[in-house]
Amino acid sequence: MSETNCGQRIQDEFLKDIYETYKPEKDNLIQILNEVQEHFGYIPKYTQLKLSEFLNMPMAEIFGVITFYSRFTLEPKGKYTISVCLGTACFVKGSQKIMDRLKERLGIEAGQTTEDGMFSIDETRCVGACGLAPVFTVNGEVYGKATVQTLDKVLDELEGGDSK
Amino acid sequence: MKTIEEIHKIREEKRKELDLRVNTSADVREKHILVCQGTGCTSSKSPQIIENFRKILKQKNIENVRVIKTGCFGLCAKGPIVIIRPEDTFYAMVKPEDCEEIIQTHIVEGNKVERLLCKDIDGTKVNRLDELNFYKKQKRIALKNCGVINPEDIDEYIAFDGYKAIEKVLKEMSQDDVIKEISDSGLRGRGGAGFPTGKKWELTKIVEGNQKYVVCNADEGDPGAFMDRSILEGDPHCVLEAMAIAGYAIGANKGYIYVRAEYPIAVKRLKIAIDQARDYGLLGKKIFDTDFDFDIEIRLGAGAFVCGEETALLESIEGKRGQPRVKPPFPAQRGLWGKPTLINNVETYANITKIILNGANWYSKIGTEKSKGTKVFALGGNVNNIGLVEVPMGTTLREIVFDIGGGLPNGREFKAAQTGGPSGGCIPKQHLDTPIDYESLKEIGSMMGSGGMIIMDDTKCMVNLARFYLEFTVSESCGKCTPCRIGTKRMLEILEKLCNGKGEKEDLEKLDKLAHMIAKASVCGLGQCAPNPVISTMKYFKEEFEEHAIDKNCRTSECKAISKITIDKEKCKGCGLCQRSCPVNAIEGEGRDIRVINQDKCIKCGTCLSNCPFKAIK
Amino acid sequence: MEDLITLTIDGKEVKVKKHTTVLQAAKQIGIDIPTLCYLKEINAVGDCRMCIVEIEGRRGYIPSCIQMAEEGMVVHTNTPEVMEARKMMLDLILSNHPQECLTCIRSGNCELQKLAIEFNVSNIEYEGERIKHEIDDISPSIVRDTNKCILCRRCISACKKVQGIGAIDCVNRGFESCVSTTGNNSLNNVNCTFCGQCIVACPTGALHEKEEIDNVWEKIKDPNTVVIAQTAPAVRAGLGEEFGMPIGTSVTGKMITAIKRLGFDKVFDTNTGADFTIMEEANEFVERFTKNDNLPMITSCSPGWVKFIETNFPNLLPHLSTCKSPHQMFGALIKTYYAKKENIDPNSIYVVSIMPCVAKKFEKSRPEMEVDKLRDVDAVLTTRELARMIKQANIDFVNLPDDEFDSPMGEATGAGAIFGTTGGVMEAALRTAQDTLTGENLDKIDFEAVRGGNGIKRATVNIAGKDIKVVAASGLQNARKILEEIESGEADYQFVEIMACPGGCVMGGGQPIKSSKTRSEIDVRKLRADALYSIDEKSTLRKSHENPILKKIYEDYLEKPGSEIAEKLLHTEFAKREKYNIDIEE
Repeated sequence: MSETNCGQRIQDEFLKDIYETYKPEKDNLIQILNEVQEHFGYIPKYTQLKLSEFLNMPMAEIFGVITFYSRFTLEPKGKYTISVCLGTACFVKGSQKIMDRLKERLGIEAGQTTEDGMFSIDETRCVGACGLAPVFTVNGEVYGKATVQTLDKVLDELEGGDSK
Repeated sequence: MKTIEEIHKIREEKRKELDLRVNTSADVREKHILVCQGTGCTSSKSPQIIENFRKILKQKNIENVRVIKTGCFGLCAKGPIVIIRPEDTFYAMVKPEDCEEIIQTHIVEGNKVERLLCKDIDGTKVNRLDELNFYKKQKRIALKNCGVINPEDIDEYIAFDGYKAIEKVLKEMSQDDVIKEISDSGLRGRGGAGFPTGKKWELTKIVEGNQKYVVCNADEGDPGAFMDRSILEGDPHCVLEAMAIAGYAIGANKGYIYVRAEYPIAVKRLKIAIDQARDYGLLGKKIFDTDFDFDIEIRLGAGAFVCGEETALLESIEGKRGQPRVKPPFPAQRGLWGKPTLINNVETYANITKIILNGANWYSKIGTEKSKGTKVFALGGNVNNIGLVEVPMGTTLREIVFDIGGGLPNGREFKAAQTGGPSGGCIPKQHLDTPIDYESLKEIGSMMGSGGMIIMDDTKCMVNLARFYLEFTVSESCGKCTPCRIGTKRMLEILEKLCNGKGEKEDLEKLDKLAHMIAKASVCGLGQCAPNPVISTMKYFKEEFEEHAIDKNCRTSECKAISKITIDKEKCKGCGLCQRSCPVNAIEGEGRDIRVINQDKCIKCGTCLSNCPFKAIK
Repeated sequence: MEDLITLTIDGKEVKVKKHTTVLQAAKQIGIDIPTLCYLKEINAVGDCRMCIVEIEGRRGYIPSCIQMAEEGMVVHTNTPEVMEARKMMLDLILSNHPQECLTCIRSGNCELQKLAIEFNVSNIEYEGERIKHEIDDISPSIVRDTNKCILCRRCISACKKVQGIGAIDCVNRGFESCVSTTGNNSLNNVNCTFCGQCIVACPTGALHEKEEIDNVWEKIKDPNTVVIAQTAPAVRAGLGEEFGMPIGTSVTGKMITAIKRLGFDKVFDTNTGADFTIMEEANEFVERFTKNDNLPMITSCSPGWVKFIETNFPNLLPHLSTCKSPHQMFGALIKTYYAKKENIDPNSIYVVSIMPCVAKKFEKSRPEMEVDKLRDVDAVLTTRELARMIKQANIDFVNLPDDEFDSPMGEATGAGAIFGTTGGVMEAALRTAQDTLTGENLDKIDFEAVRGGNGIKRATVNIAGKDIKVVAASGLQNARKILEEIESGEADYQFVEIMACPGGCVMGGGQPIKSSKTRSEIDVRKLRADALYSIDEKSTLRKSHENPILKKIYEDYLEKPGSEIAEKLLHTEFAKREKYNIDIEE
């Protein structure tokens, strides 16, 4: 219980800045959600409730916006977020194979997080490094001209590195 | 705040200082090391390269050499790219650890680092950027400053005629003059549909209203396209200046740039640019001592392709789900918060200042009869020179793919080019010589789109490609209207069946019927264009669809469930390389025998294909 | 003279006013275009694409429900291509809809089913994946079966735009889009007021009331239970529609006969309960008015409205009248006064309220709605549920003879009848208040200013030389406006009537569901309200305080309005509620 309160306190603390930066207008919802996502790595429910009060809008509408945009997530991401680019340039260069391998190794689907909270898989559409296609990223770091072997190596390192 | 005189002075002095950027025979003792810091090169450690250069220069106490971060040079496949001016030496695929050698050999000793010089497709080393075939047929208007200036320094922009066009407009031109100039230039929207830009400005201008808005659509959603991003990263001020010009022309004093949050570098540079422009008084109140006020705010998208559709974009700026509005009314009549709004995309804006400064007449001489100027394409896929190219309208696909793009790697054959992304179509071999403009692309079943151009070789399955695009559309459909929400899903299901060998001949008819109906019945451009990749591939690669549906066969073996990998008896020389590479021992034969694949054992991994030196395996 | 626009539809010229849609223009010359997501004055979004037409010079198909008529426009509504496209749209919608018509609550009154019949759909060509949704039946009032939702968004508009609540909205994207609440919680745990306007907006069976029919049948079967029905005023103005009778037909007599044939032991009239409410409310008002205490006084008989103010404006709760709603008052009286008088064990009485309302189901389950551990009301059936029971019992409703309410709880005044429409409670209360304040029996009975279909009706009435500012609002968006006026001090009303449903109880969430087509052609509210006004007009007694039954019960049992026992039985209290009772722990 104390943990919960602590979580809400942290959120309140963060929201204080939001209330100061933004006017309580609906137009600002996406901008605020972008900041929340950036800060917490997801959009916590308590924050949704508080934003519904601040912006004077129903929670269902906020939920509708959150679930519309793929950048917003409702669950915390894993320690490592691995995004495989499925943009056309990467697709043509075989990024699907990398994605398939990633799902197979972690046993989860895109958009999910492993039970131990270590890894999340994301599908992205073009990270802008088409010259390096196919690419995947680990917490934003780009691995270009990637192969299934590159991925395996990276995963081995991350898994091994953490057990140490 | 800077006075007009101060701005002029900056332009004059800075231009002299930067002459070495554009003049190989510039008489200076300075050298500039230009390092690309676009997203592509940044991904391969170009920030580290800059840091190393600076450190080494400091260690060695070398003065008169400056390290400049720039936007994209275009040839992303060769990144990270380092260019040394004024001599214009072009180093490709530079690694952070190469910096020492470049400084020592090039800067200190005055010799070229041969091993890092960029090689053209034919293997010849090029000394200078403009010697590369990649650049020979290009004409840079929108990308003029990309790779030349430091995008984070407004003075550098001003040095190269920056904020000169807005000054001219405010001092010498009426609103109608500006619109006429843009109309006469023949510029059309670079976002895809090609609506005449001048006309759009005029339509927004004539609507009564005391509050109007200018919006820049920087929600580049086509996966595999990065023209707009490169412009924002390499030359953000040219977009700001053009938006202000548009604001003056239509009577707006407020602008919004809607940019993808997935473009952090572009967002950062835009923010810096806006701050600098405000600081100089080039945005804000009473610009150039006139009565014209104009300011710009950034709005971040949050991951929805449909927000590239202009009315969905407006909804999103207003903080809502990005569901398109029904047109009419058009944004020119009722846009942001119901006010008349002008929306153009980044590349369109990037042409404006050049048209104002050089005249409509200059611009309209470039291109074809109905499509003027140049177009930037993000060339990708199975092509050697992956990167950003800007060519005059009317350039043929062949020129882009083979002359500029350097052809396809691994000696493979050209099969199709995909333009327009998920909204466009596939252009087959027989149309390689079509001069590219809005009309011709439409005629052959594709569209200009925002400029993504993906080249595919003969190992690519067109049914699978259609499936790939539909998968994209389905996951990006906003869900508002029936045909797009359910129809595209049903199309995808049929395509999945085909790829899995579960399709029937009737499915092809169903697919065709659905495609045409969705195109006509959907609310917005996303839905209306969603069937294009299917319609065009079915038109040009009908036999592949039939093979999938009737013979349950994928000739490229991309569709694993139905592909058969076979060895061509005529071509096989019995070397056995395939056999050794096969992970499941599915290839039979001994010695110099012609090898045969045991289909029961084969897992269709494709390893043998890439290992056959005689291209005997298909 | 207004400028008219001339356009051609299917070769016929038609002149229409500006801002007329192509759909309306076509209707004007008798051309019917099928619609699905369109609902007059509530939802015009052009999403479902059933109403598409071809317009010369325009690309693609154009939705006629939002396309405005333009001068010289040439429209084709029935080319083979358009008809084929519509059929494909319908096919696609059906491909994503459970084929469970036989067991669906809306079978026979489903707009999708009707279209499928009209389009002669014999098989579904584009079958494919459907997303499975869990059914939300946790709330006491509303069941959401998202599997049957076709995403027309009429419910969202009703909830968000008309009522200003926004308990439901469109969530997710693309094929996965659906109508849901925040975090996909049950309606029970979010800001839903249970007004049920979403239900009457829904073209399919995706939204319906939480049925209590089976519980009621059980009790009817049980010989040891005295099952007593009471029927709200608006029910008699709507029930006939469920049996094909014209809208606005008053069916009081047949309704009573039918309920008795179903096996209920007694049938009482909630209008009598309403007369009690008037007595108590008018008394409360006169007291507060003379003391200028917590004015304005706001009515409390609409449970959706009560939940709204409890969650949205708890600071204004002291303004709310403490009166229970008529059926709760009546239930309490049945289990006390009536039980005692008839010598029945109150524990064996089962009170079934038949209501035009789904919020009443929630209201009857509120913990405070009981006296000495006896629940005021045991079950609430909507008008629709009653009709379903009558159909189950195979009763030929249209040809039933008339019967009368049982005595003694069946005599009511015209004042009680008009409770069922917006402005009616106000008018009824004013009739009694004016007599109380003047001490006379005045002839003035009709208060026209508070009649009619406007969402907000303001008036100043002069009683005993004093001006009383009153307002009657219906629909929660309008209620919000009035509360904001009160909160800001911008208005100084003395008496406020609020009903949650736009138009009042006759348009309640439990009333017969009218198709979009009917709603665009007929003013349903007016016809149903007129039926109640005509009952009032025909009544010999039109003032609640003149009801002899009331006089007797006050004499025998309740003493006088506002007495201690009246407070105990007929009044209650309201308290702040959280808008959201969702799990926000992280």
